[in-house]
Amino acid sequence: MYSVEIKNLDLHFGSVKVLQNLDLDIPKGEFLVLLGSSGCGKSTLLNCIAGLLDVSAGQIHINGNNVTWSEPSERGIGMVFQSYALYPQMTVEGNLTFGLKNAKMPKEEIAKRVARAAEVLQIEPLLKRKPAALSGGQRQRVAIGRALVRDVDVFLFDEPLSNLDAKLRADLRVEIKRLHQQLQNTMIYVTHDQIEAMTLADRIAIMRGGQIMQLASPDEIYNRPVNKYVAGFIGSPAMNFYEGQVYQGNFTTGDLVLPLAGYEYADPANADGPATIGIRPEHIVTGELVGNTAFQTEITVELVEPMGSDTLVYSTLAGAPVKIRMDGQAKVNLGDKISVGIDPARASLFDKETELRL
Amino acid sequence: MVDISTSALTGPHGPKPRKAFSRRNIFLYGFLIIVAIYYAIPLYVMVVTSLKGMAEIRLGNIFSPPVEITFQPWVKAWGEACTGLTCEGLSTGFWNSVRITIPSVILSIAIASVNGYALANWRFKGSNVFFTILIFGAFVPYQVMLYPIVIMLREIGLYGSLTGLVIVHTIFGMPILTLLFRNYFSSLPEELFKAARVDGAGFWGIYFRIMLPMSVPIFAVGVILQVTGIWNDFLFGVVYTGPETYPMTVSLNNIVNSTQGVKEYNVNMAATILTGLVPLTIYFVSGRLFVRGIAAGAVKG
Repeated sequence: MYSVEIKNLDLHFGSVKVLQNLDLDIPKGEFLVLLGSSGCGKSTLLNCIAGLLDVSAGQIHINGNNVTWSEPSERGIGMVFQSYALYPQMTVEGNLTFGLKNAKMPKEEIAKRVARAAEVLQIEPLLKRKPAALSGGQRQRVAIGRALVRDVDVFLFDEPLSNLDAKLRADLRVEIKRLHQQLQNTMIYVTHDQIEAMTLADRIAIMRGGQIMQLASPDEIYNRPVNKYVAGFIGSPAMNFYEGQVYQGNFTTGDLVLPLAGYEYADPANADGPATIGIRPEHIVTGELVGNTAFQTEITVELVEPMGSDTLVYSTLAGAPVKIRMDGQAKVNLGDKISVGIDPARASLFDKETELRL
Repeated sequence: MVDISTSALTGPHGPKPRKAFSRRNIFLYGFLIIVAIYYAIPLYVMVVTSLKGMAEIRLGNIFSPPVEITFQPWVKAWGEACTGLTCEGLSTGFWNSVRITIPSVILSIAIASVNGYALANWRFKGSNVFFTILIFGAFVPYQVMLYPIVIMLREIGLYGSLTGLVIVHTIFGMPILTLLFRNYFSSLPEELFKAARVDGAGFWGIYFRIMLPMSVPIFAVGVILQVTGIWNDFLFGVVYTGPETYPMTVSLNNIVNSTQGVKEYNVNMAATILTGLVPLTIYFVSGRLFVRGIAAGAVKG
């Protein structure tokens, strides 16, 4: 049984179509990340699932119940917001219990749930404090706790880590993952941060213009992006793209010819024609590994960005800029000539017109 | 040995020295002091005159302090000054004003805050049209509506009563107060409202438990605006009440304008100060909240 089912969902504000004919099935216990740039409709979709926005057409089912017309509190969801949205005049305990008191739950049960949530999130010492006296990370933990005490099956996260600094974000990311492993709830998580998406998700839904471009595991999305948008969106630094021609198992761009042996076509019969090839900076190999690759060439280093764990090299290949990710210990200087190799099996080919994967 | 004392630094270092009597400061403070005196002098004249006897006033030195301080004019203004037939001073008017102001303030703020909350958070079909019409009401001159309201109050039997005036004040306070509250509630984070809905709070639950506790400054602003406005109102008071129920402003006017023999400047001054005392007190007590609330509401329209 699916935990959340979205059927033919439409949402428009006046003539602006925000979500169009959207279908999405989320199995029980899955961690699904909705990923996209701002304005792609991911937060809107989450608000629809939460019941904070009325849909224009279609249905939403949660745990097998049609909740399309239900109030947010009746849907069996808990939600965590980007700005924490803690009630400033209440203590942490007041924040945690507000929803339970609204549901007229008996006092002992409330106390039990608060104790459990506080233990899971390690916020016991904070219970008597007001949100203003908490740090950003503590506030977000309380916000998660507010969803936790509701004891619901589906958690909704609306960019919960975006207001935190980089280090705290990394820490809480791990905590959320651990929480998911511990609770085994269904979680729907909206973010524009691809690292969060890649690390947390069982499946990622990449959204654009109110539609889901690709819904797949992080691995699949990273290695086999279904179109050029997804390919360029995922990965940092972004994929290198070159326009050219596919003809009889070779890709030609400028004066370079890449043999495509080992590339898995989506449809081998219709591969020939104008195309774009996408190669990730980390898939261009250097050093001893070059000898194993099907295509080898030499480039001149134009710019170096040492980042500690790895080093980014900017150069030109076939008249277009190229980025290469090298080992952090690699010693490269401006003007160096280095030989590089490309394995076509790890590249992605897209049709020039439709931008779909070939 | 390394010498790290400041003497090692040459040229400008540390905080930049500032002159207390720079040309800029002299101009600025000079101007401010002159303006302050300009505004304070009338008040000074009023207070001084109200403490003089009539004999002293006739000498004509309006700026000189009283030689012999007397509180008789104040006593007379409060309880004995004559308005036409009766000689009860301002006291009746004062209590009438209290009985008008308190219910009007409470009623108008209660309704307007719920209006503003609904308009900011529970957008309904046509809410923008509703809001536009309401705001339009703020620009209609009161005089246009005087007579129609007289007829309406007469028809429902409230003409000449305090209740009628309270209703009129509540209605006329609605546009500006609703705007004030709507803007303030819009400036509160929308996610709080969403979180409360997920937590199962309804329209009134969110209003009383989430919104109200966060809105003390804007309620202070509303109270100040309404107390001042209703207390100082003359037009509605004179039109919609009778001699028994005249508010303080109307009593004041009657005292000052009814001349029987000598014009008692000291009594008039005392009566005027007495009438202005209530809004002044409110402002001094809660002025800081007022500024804070106005600024908070102004952030987001």
